[in-house]
Amino acid sequence: MSIGLAHYLIVSLILFALGLYCVLTRRNAIGILMGVELILNSANVNYLAFSRFSSGQYDGQVFAIFVIMLAAAEAAIGLAIVLGIYQTFQTIDVEATETLRG
Amino acid sequence: MSGLGLGDLAFYIVAAVTIISAVGVAFSPNIVYCAFSLLGTFMGVAGLYVFLAADFVAVIQVLIYVGGILVLMIFAVMLTHRIADVRISNRSVGRLPALIIVACVAGVMAKAVLGTGWHSIAPGTPSPSTYAIGNGFLGDYILPFELASVVLLAALIGAVVLSRKELKEE
Repeated sequence: MSIGLAHYLIVSLILFALGLYCVLTRRNAIGILMGVELILNSANVNYLAFSRFSSGQYDGQVFAIFVIMLAAAEAAIGLAIVLGIYQTFQTIDVEATETLRG
Repeated sequence: MSGLGLGDLAFYIVAAVTIISAVGVAFSPNIVYCAFSLLGTFMGVAGLYVFLAADFVAVIQVLIYVGGILVLMIFAVMLTHRIADVRISNRSVGRLPALIIVACVAGVMAKAVLGTGWHSIAPGTPSPSTYAIGNGFLGDYILPFELASVVLLAALIGAVVLSRKELKEE
């Protein structure tokens, strides 16, 4: 059985599941951002797999580049916010930042 | 062709590297190990892009994810922990409920992946994709492309404003 669409979808599914687990369990803000990056990467693998095996056009690759661009913007803003939290709370544990909890 | 060809073997190796590194990111108790596992994941995903005949996206992945985002993350890890703090905390809570949720979501998605008859065509021979992507950016996708530059500028200014030190006027 040669490598087909399903192989890439399964790899992407595993990446997504691990990213979701990372986001759900981590209490370190940077760890959560890492989980988000895993999820974005799995979405990109899907885009490119469908682009190659289902359409044969380049639209999927263009979308993947947009996703990478937004991930870069998200990482820059997210890490700036994390640094701001660290300067305020002296920790980046997200359970310590509960000032707004009612 | 019967049996495991060289290309198939290479795919399985790259996929294994990607997934094992991702397991390291999700389960490692040390945030620094997580960051370096993320390196393996990003490089493995770039390898998958090469298998998918997306040479330009693979190079972009290495340049932006490995060269930009990962370095940024390692900087943030180093800046937000006291260096003398040997055991860098990376607490995980609620492992069991999270595992159950992830198992349910992954089960539904696996059923969808394996049970759907995806429209599939015979993949063409890999050819350089840069020309077509450039045409797409300046043709059909000109508006998202221009908006992307605005988003990046806003993100740049926002990150600077968020992370600078306030200078108090005397």
